[in-house]
Amino acid sequence: MTVKELLEIVPIKLAAGKDGLNNEIEGGHVGDLLSFVMAHAKEKNVWVTIQGHINSVAVASLLGLSAIILTENVTPDDEMLRKADEESIPVLCTALNSFDMVCKLSSICSIMEE
Amino acid sequence: MKLHYQVDGDNFLVAGEASASLKRTLKQLGIDSSIIRKISISMYEAEMNMVIHAYGGVIDVEISTDKVHILLKDKGPGIPDIDLAMKEGYSTASHEIRELGFGAGMGLPNMKRYSDHLNIYSEVGVGTTVEIIVFLM
Ligand SMILES: Nc1ncnc2c1ncn2[C@@H]1O[C@H](COP(=O)(O)OP(=O)(O)O)[C@@H](O)[C@H]1O
Ligand SMILES: [Mg+2]
Repeated sequence: MTVKELLEIVPIKLAAGKDGLNNEIEGGHVGDLLSFVMAHAKEKNVWVTIQGHINSVAVASLLGLSAIILTENVTPDDEMLRKADEESIPVLCTALNSFDMVCKLSSICSIMEE
Repeated sequence: MKLHYQVDGDNFLVAGEASASLKRTLKQLGIDSSIIRKISISMYEAEMNMVIHAYGGVIDVEISTDKVHILLKDKGPGIPDIDLAMKEGYSTASHEIRELGFGAGMGLPNMKRYSDHLNIYSEVGVGTTVEIIVFLM
């Protein structure tokens, strides 16, 4: 599925990076320690995190991640938004915590499989 | 092909730009994406270490037909005990740095894991040189 399709079904808001809305999502990674994300997240993963700053976009872009989902009502700072637009990495925001967000993602996956 | 980058210390707004730029070049050269991933991970960790721990430095990259050779030089405080620094989870990063998600103490282990050769030369009070080699075939 694409980031755009995801946006239509889960309670998330697009904050930046709209040029990446057609990015394909294949699996995901949850984490806030950047070295673990670097080591384990894969291309086309969606990344669920609370790191709302510019370095998250640098990591996502280097790894070719499809989108960043910021949970727990984290507000991305202006530099992050600017960089996300520049790199076409969608930044999506939600009030849910990371666990609940992943539960939502997982329920969509099972609906899509049926 | 030779590339040269200047890396600022403690500037998190442009941190990772050298790695991003090298990735773009490797992509243009048509290098396999799994190899680009190895190079990006190793170089990003090394670049961030220069930013966080060593007031910045310079990076020289040489791309040849069989390998990518990356040399990162800084004039930072140096690493007193390299074996200790290589341990998973070992970090001297400050609380503020950790809040940004850095300082997990996994940078050097990641560099070791994702590169084909990693050499670190360091002298306390003088600086650190990190050499990374990733083979292209
Ligand atoms: N270029 C460097 N100059 C000085 N110290 C360094 C350098 N690179 C690494 N170190 C030291 O090695 C430790 C471990 O590095 P690393 O594995 O990347 O973890 P982290 O960067 O998360 O602390 C650092 O906390 C720091 O003390
Ligand atoms: Mg590090």
